Amino acid sequence: MNFGFTEEQELLRAEVRKFLDQNAPLDEVRKIVEKPEGFDRSLWNRMGELGWIGLTAPEDHGGVGLDFVTLVVLMQETGRSLFPSPLLSTVLASKAIESLGSEEQQARWLPGLADGSKVGTFGLLEESDSLEPEGITLVGKSDGDDIVLSGAKWIVPDAGQADLFVVAFRTGAAAEALSLAVIDKDADGVAVEIFPTMDLTKRAGKLVLDGVRVGADGLLGELGGAAATIRWLVDVGAVLVAAETVGAAEAAVHTTTDFAKERDQFDSKIGRFQGVKHPLAEMYVDVESFKSLVDYAAWCLDEGDENSSVAASRAKAYAAEAFSRIGIDAVQLHGGVGYTDEYDIQLYLKRSKWARPAFGDSDYHYDRIATLGGL
Amino acid sequence: MDFKFSPEEEAFRDEVRAFLDESLPAGPEWNEKVRAKGWVGFSWPKDVGGGGGTLMEQVILKDEMARRKAPALGSCFMGLAWVGPSLIEYGTEEQKARFVPDILDSKYQWCTGYSEPGSGSDLASLQCKAVREGDAYVVNGQKIWTSIAMWSKWMILLVRTDTNVEAKHDGITCLLVEMDSPGIDVRPIKNMAGGAMFAEVFFNDLRVPVENRLGEEGQGWQVTISALAHERSGIAEFHGLMRNLDRLKELARTRMKNGKPAIEEPQIRRRLVRAETKVEAMRLNGMRFLTKQLKGEKLSSETSINKLHRAQLEIELGEISLEIQGSAAPLWKGASAAAEDGYWQRFALSWPEVVIGGGTPNIQKNIIAERILGLPKD
Repeated sequence: MNFGFTEEQELLRAEVRKFLDQNAPLDEVRKIVEKPEGFDRSLWNRMGELGWIGLTAPEDHGGVGLDFVTLVVLMQETGRSLFPSPLLSTVLASKAIESLGSEEQQARWLPGLADGSKVGTFGLLEESDSLEPEGITLVGKSDGDDIVLSGAKWIVPDAGQADLFVVAFRTGAAAEALSLAVIDKDADGVAVEIFPTMDLTKRAGKLVLDGVRVGADGLLGELGGAAATIRWLVDVGAVLVAAETVGAAEAAVHTTTDFAKERDQFDSKIGRFQGVKHPLAEMYVDVESFKSLVDYAAWCLDEGDENSSVAASRAKAYAAEAFSRIGIDAVQLHGGVGYTDEYDIQLYLKRSKWARPAFGDSDYHYDRIATLGGL
Repeated sequence: MDFKFSPEEEAFRDEVRAFLDESLPAGPEWNEKVRAKGWVGFSWPKDVGGGGGTLMEQVILKDEMARRKAPALGSCFMGLAWVGPSLIEYGTEEQKARFVPDILDSKYQWCTGYSEPGSGSDLASLQCKAVREGDAYVVNGQKIWTSIAMWSKWMILLVRTDTNVEAKHDGITCLLVEMDSPGIDVRPIKNMAGGAMFAEVFFNDLRVPVENRLGEEGQGWQVTISALAHERSGIAEFHGLMRNLDRLKELARTRMKNGKPAIEEPQIRRRLVRAETKVEAMRLNGMRFLTKQLKGEKLSSETSINKLHRAQLEIELGEISLEIQGSAAPLWKGASAAAEDGYWQRFALSWPEVVIGGGTPNIQKNIIAERILGLPKD
C-alpha cells in the first residue's frame, strides 16, 4: 500500500513547474491568450520534444508510454499555471486512436499527436448537451464503403486549433450503437465556428460537418463498437479536468493566502481574522480532498479497475463543486481589487467556470454514481 | 502509487477473516478471545502485554472488523485509546504493572478529566488546582464533559500545580485518580437528545497519592499531547460512516416522500451520493496520511482535514435522514410513524458528541489556517 508518487514522478513535477514558471508565468499567459491561436506554438513544440504531450502515448508510436498517474502529475502543473494549450484535447484524441485504431492508424496519427506537430481533439457533445450515449444524434450514413456525416458537434474543446477531430456518431438505433472516426480539419465539408470563451486559456468551438465522407481508414474500430471507449474517454476526460483543477485551485488558495498575509485593514493583516482564515481553511480541506480522489481515480484508470467510472465521477463531482466555490470566495476575499482585471485571482474564477461543466458537472456525476451504485 | 497489499499483509487479512468467521456473531467470550489472540492493544509493545502489531496490520485488522460489524477490541475504550499509550510512554514500572494489564483485560472503565467550564477549546488554560502536601496532591476544582465518569473506576486528570508560569502549558500535571475516593462528586449532564453520557465532576480536597502522578510534576501537557498525538489517519471512521450511509439508502428506498419512494427524489439521491463522496475522500486522505506514517513521518495538523469532514458528515447524515422522513422528521422515539423507532431523530441530535468533542470545527479551521497555511495567529 502506497498512496504517494515515485521519485521520477516528483522529478517530473519539479521539471514541469520550473518550465512553466520560467516560460509561462501569468503575465506571459495573459499575452499568449491574446494571440489568435490562443496558445504558444514554440512552447507547445518544446513540450512535445520533452515528451510531455505524448507522455501516455505508446512508445512504438512516439510516446513515452507512461501511465495516467504520471499524466495527472503533469496536468496538476499545467492547471496550476493556467497554461493555455490543447494538451487535454490532444491526449483524448490520442487515447481514442490508441484504444480503437489499427496498427496502421496508430502509426499514421499518434507520432504527430505526441510530438506536438498535430493538435487533436474529441468531438462528443451536441446540442443535447449530454454525455450519455442517447445524447449522440449525429448519424453516420453508409454510402458504399464510406460513411457520410452531416450535423454538428458543439463545445468542442480547442476546435479552432485542432488538426484532427475524433468524432463520436451514431450508426444504429440502439443507444450503444456508436462509432468513432478521425476527421481531418481540411477534409471536404468540414467547417469550424470558433466561440469566444470566458476563460481565454480554454478554447472551444463548433464543428460543422456537411456531407463529410469517412473511409475505412478513418473509422476507429468496428462500426457501432465504440460505446465503451466513448464512456471510458468521458472518465479519462473527467479525471484530467479534475487534475488540472487540483493545480488551479491550489494556486487560487495560495494566491489568496498570500494576499491575506499582506493586506492590512483594521490595523492588522486580514489573514489574522477568522472571517478570512476559515474560508481559506475550508478551501484547503476541499483541495486536499479532491486531490486524493483525483490521484486515486487515475490509479483506477491505470489498473482498469472495475470502479474506475465511479472513482472518476467522485473526483470530478467534488472538484467541480469545490472549485466553483473557491473561485468565488477567493475573489471575494480579495475585496475590491479581486474585481479588477489587473489582479490574477479573477483568472482562476474564470477557470472554475470552464472546469465545472467540462466532462460533466457535479449533478451529472452524482447522478452517475447513484445509477452505477444501484440507487 | 499502489493500493494493493503485500502477500504477508494479505495472509494476515486471511487470518483475521478466518477468526471473524468462527467468532461472529460475538458471544460473551468475545473479549477473552480477542485478548488471547493478542489483538487488544494491538499496536502496543509485547513486553507490556500488547500485540506488537505493525501499523499496516492494525489498519487491516480494523478494516476487516468494521466491515463485519465486529465489536470493539476490548471494552475499556479510553484506557485503550489514550490512557494506556500515555502509561506506556510516561508511566513508572509500578504504574504500568498496575494498570496496563487491567486495561487490556477490560476490567473496568477509565474516564478523562481534561475540559473545564472555563477551559474548553483552550484546554491549556485549565484551573483545577492541586497542591502538594507531603506524599499526596490535594485537588480542588471542577471538570466537565467527562464522558462515562459515573461508570468509571479510574480517571486520567489534568490539574494545575503551578500558577506562577509564563506559558500556560507549563505548570500542568497529570494524575491518575480512583473515582471512589472521598472528595469526588459526579453529576451526570442530560443532553438534548435525552441521553446522559457526560458528567460534571467536582473535587473537594481530594487526596491523590504522589505515586499516582503520571510523568513529572509540570509535565502534564506533554503527557496529554503525546496521548492525543496517537493521531489516527481517519481511516477507522470510514466504515462507521459507510454503514450509516447504507442504512440511509435503505431508509430512502422504504420511505415514501411526495408520493413515491424517497430514493427517487433527485435531491435526496444527490445528497446521499455527495456525502458518500466525502466519506470516500476521507478514506483516501487517510490512506495518504497512512503512507506518510509508513515512511516514518509523524502526522500533525493535516489530521484536522478529516476531523472537519467527519464533523460535517455527522451533521449531514442526520439532516439527510430527516429529509428522507419528510413530515415524520419531527417525531420521536415511540411514534410508530418514525423510522426505526426514532433512531435517526436521536442521531440528528447527537452530532455534538463528535463535532464538539474532538475540537470544534472552528478550532480545526484555525489549526489549518495557522499551522498549514501560515496565517498569523489570532
